[in-house]
Amino acid sequence: MLNVGLNHFLVISAVLFSFGIFGIVTRKNAVMVLMGVELMLNSANINFVAFAKFGAFGNQGQLIALFVVVLAAAEAAIALAIVLNIYKTFNSINVDEIDSLKE
Amino acid sequence: MELKYLFNSLPYIKPELILAASLVIIVVADLIITKKKELLHYIALAGIIAAGYFVLEQFSMNAFAFSSSGNKGMLTVDSMGAFFKGLVLTASFFVFLFSFSSNEINESRSKLGEYYALLFGMILGMFFMISASDLILVYVSMELVSLSSYVLAGITKQSLRNSEASLKYLIYGAVSSGIMLFGISLIFGITGSTNLYEINYILRSPETNRVILLLAGLLVFTGIGYKISAAPFHFWTPDVYEGAPITITAFLSVASKSAGFVLLIRFIKVAFIQNSLNGYWQLLPAVDWKTILLVLSILTMTLGNFAALWQDNLKRMLAYSSIAHAGYMLAAMAVLSNQGLIAILIYFAIYLFMNLGAFFVVMLISNKIGSEEIDNFDGLGYASPFLGVSFAIFLVSLTGLPPTAGFIGKLYIFIALVDAKMFLLSVIMVLNSVVSLYYYMRVLKHLFLRKAEGAPIELKVSFPNAVVLLMLVIPVLVLGLYFTPLVEFAKNSISVLGF
Repeated sequence: MLNVGLNHFLVISAVLFSFGIFGIVTRKNAVMVLMGVELMLNSANINFVAFAKFGAFGNQGQLIALFVVVLAAAEAAIALAIVLNIYKTFNSINVDEIDSLKE
Repeated sequence: MELKYLFNSLPYIKPELILAASLVIIVVADLIITKKKELLHYIALAGIIAAGYFVLEQFSMNAFAFSSSGNKGMLTVDSMGAFFKGLVLTASFFVFLFSFSSNEINESRSKLGEYYALLFGMILGMFFMISASDLILVYVSMELVSLSSYVLAGITKQSLRNSEASLKYLIYGAVSSGIMLFGISLIFGITGSTNLYEINYILRSPETNRVILLLAGLLVFTGIGYKISAAPFHFWTPDVYEGAPITITAFLSVASKSAGFVLLIRFIKVAFIQNSLNGYWQLLPAVDWKTILLVLSILTMTLGNFAALWQDNLKRMLAYSSIAHAGYMLAAMAVLSNQGLIAILIYFAIYLFMNLGAFFVVMLISNKIGSEEIDNFDGLGYASPFLGVSFAIFLVSLTGLPPTAGFIGKLYIFIALVDAKMFLLSVIMVLNSVVSLYYYMRVLKHLFLRKAEGAPIELKVSFPNAVVLLMLVIPVLVLGLYFTPLVEFAKNSISVLGF
């Protein structure tokens, strides 16, 4: 029987974090980029909860995770509104095509 | 945390309570007032002044708020925090005055309520950022600032570059705050706490894992570096500064940056301090902050100044110049001493007036000619000598030449560097100032030495705008000659450090 310990959680969160960064760098679609950000936030959440459970730090880790979930939701709401606005003005949400400010 | 402690802490957050109340009042007033939206300007100004009254009270305070059973709390209320809160409020005061006559804001008048509500949300977030001594409060308040500013960067919605600015700000901001949160989670794992003072207490024990701590420190620094637009986290700055409405650009370049710097100071000074000797901070050996800050400051100022050389849009040029100024202040931070800290405070107070002034002049001119391209500014120095001369004063001050205030700011950073025997950095700083002379003077060349093409443009400065401009020009000139009060004020502000 496999004993699940702190390291298992940390590896999962590190992998999730790397997937998030990878998604942000490679994806062109703005919505997919934002999904990468969600992965990063949730990898940090796994860390918080795992550390609190295995380090016997009390309930603080779980509390922080709750805060982060709420903030991630707020960020997603604002982000989608901005992406919608981009779609209305540029007719595209490909982040590579939105470059009128470069020279 | 008992309810008793919560109530006891309320007197310490009076300015924040006022700001929150003003936010609610503005939202309600926006619903009630349908015709005369201009009233919102005055309500916002009243809110700022009321909050400023309570910030003055905090200069004599030195306390922790929201602590459980008398420990070190989540908020540090001290005079350094009060100094920076004062700076943020002064910057907002001027930005609100700019908003009266900004074309971009007046064209979307129906959104004035949202504009001010979001600005107050941002100021509230900055206040908590300035006094936060708990990493979770740091993260939450940074998100409050960021989320409001993403929307504000694209507030007018119609213009192409506004929308683009808000998208770019959003993506860079979301990524860097995600990275920062991961760093916080690692610090929480090492120490079991998010309070900066408790973290410091635990890090003093020799068995901390240094590699993880270095990684975590760098990840948290990413989030802070993004806020102060230090290289290599500055990529959003030029695009967002150029695309956002100019009042928001001015606000971001001063207020947002100062809140980020306080965060950096508290993070390093509180969490990583070992002891303080003759005003020089000895940090824990775990992370070599001195080298990190030194390298980043050289990178930031050089990159900012050289990239500014070939910018033709004035807002974009001022964006790169603000990156360079962040580099100068990081240099003062790298000294890691009380003297360097005083230099940062002085520099910020001066930077506020000269940078806001430069943006105000650009705004007044572009209101008239509808462009910020440098070629369209040809000969405009003669169209309105008052505007032209004030712009010249701001630019000379940004370069750091006497007899303007910018010289005093640079001088104090320079003294702090030389006292700490960091000669290489001080030489690089002086060379950078020489480079910056070129692009600031290039603007003056266009204003005064080029002939305007086509029909001459009439530039008139209305009386209220002239008063606002004078309120910015006079401090820049006076502080260049009579700077002792400011220096004393800065010294007093850090004499009772809350740590």
